Amino acid sequence: MDSLFNLFVRSIFIDNMIFAYFLGMCSYLAVSKTVKTSVGLGIAVTFVLLMTAPLNWLIDTYVLKPGALVWLSPSLGELDLSYLSFLIFIGVIAAMVQLVEMFVEKFSPPLYNALGIFLPLIAVNCAILGVALFVQEREYHSVGEVLAYASGSGIGWFLAITAIAAIREKIRYSHIPAPLRGLGITFILTGLMAIAFMSFMGIKI
Amino acid sequence: MSNTIKEREPLFSAKNIKLLKNPINLDNPISVQVLGICSALAVTVQLKPAIVMALSVTIVTAFSNLIISSVRNTIPSRIRIIVQLVVVATLVIIVDQVLKAYMYDVSKKLSVFVGLIITNCILMGRLEAFAMAQKPWPSFLDGIGNGLGYGVILITVGFLRELFGSGKLYGYSVIPEAAFKAGYVNNGMMILPPMALILIGVIIWLQRSKNRELIDKS
Repeated sequence: MDSLFNLFVRSIFIDNMIFAYFLGMCSYLAVSKTVKTSVGLGIAVTFVLLMTAPLNWLIDTYVLKPGALVWLSPSLGELDLSYLSFLIFIGVIAAMVQLVEMFVEKFSPPLYNALGIFLPLIAVNCAILGVALFVQEREYHSVGEVLAYASGSGIGWFLAITAIAAIREKIRYSHIPAPLRGLGITFILTGLMAIAFMSFMGIKI
Repeated sequence: MSNTIKEREPLFSAKNIKLLKNPINLDNPISVQVLGICSALAVTVQLKPAIVMALSVTIVTAFSNLIISSVRNTIPSRIRIIVQLVVVATLVIIVDQVLKAYMYDVSKKLSVFVGLIITNCILMGRLEAFAMAQKPWPSFLDGIGNGLGYGVILITVGFLRELFGSGKLYGYSVIPEAAFKAGYVNNGMMILPPMALILIGVIIWLQRSKNRELIDKS
């Protein structure tokens, strides 16, 4: 259990999706104007991650990996379908996002309206596909590990977007050089936040 | 099918040249349209992966624009995102396999970021905004232009980070030994992720001070 918790904490603070890998930057920059919408998007991303990462891991382990189809028949041991993984992963993610979108539309119309175009865009949020691909590359061994990693990454992303939204709400009243306003200052702020997050490096629980 | 319609204007008319040139500065996908930032930052520690990545993205953008634009009238609009993703994912698989076969070390360095070209917002952004409404040839040029605009930023950031971070360019040492003896030290900060963000911030700052009309109103 120890290492699962460690993995969870690591993926929130040290391997943070935004600050260490820059994944999901597009929606991070575009939606982080108010805290309320960013919280909504953060929750949606975490939720989608928790759904898609284990599913993609299962597909990878039992269908795509070299020799993964042995359970079907021993003669398939040679088969390597891993070149299909991009196509399958993105398919699963797109389908899952469609489900979440229908769900949110039904149960929380205000949130649906606030997220607007960005809900379908979760499908092309790099963080989601990124987690699926990292899980594949790092060869996690159990659903537990995948879940710990996915939830950690989701929460890390949620923290990052909420923090930057709060800062952006505040700096609206400061005197920033005109060419730096908006996008430029957001980048530099993210850089400074990333430096702050680097102080977590080396933590082991 | 629209690609059977004869092009009346010359292949490189002024309008088409503009499609090619605009994204490099005034309509840059990264610094103006805010698309495709994810991968732009992670692969720029060194120049070589940055160049390979820029090329891959240019190829994928150009051809996905071309393909989607030639079938745009047959795609039902409700499922267009899935269709686009399938086309893009197929192209990315081809690029990934080629990289693995011929440039294995770079492909290892780029790790998941080749796969992440699929979710690169430049692709979806250009497909949605341009290729779904334009003829194949302008779309192809638009793809190349946006790929180049992306590449310009990537290569600038990669150049600065490799030069100041490890004193090399494209893997060769360029800072003379004498400079190190005289007390010059590589800036380790440049190699770390935060500097990529700050560098892009500064590039945007410079670009917007030059082109005042790009400044955010809010």
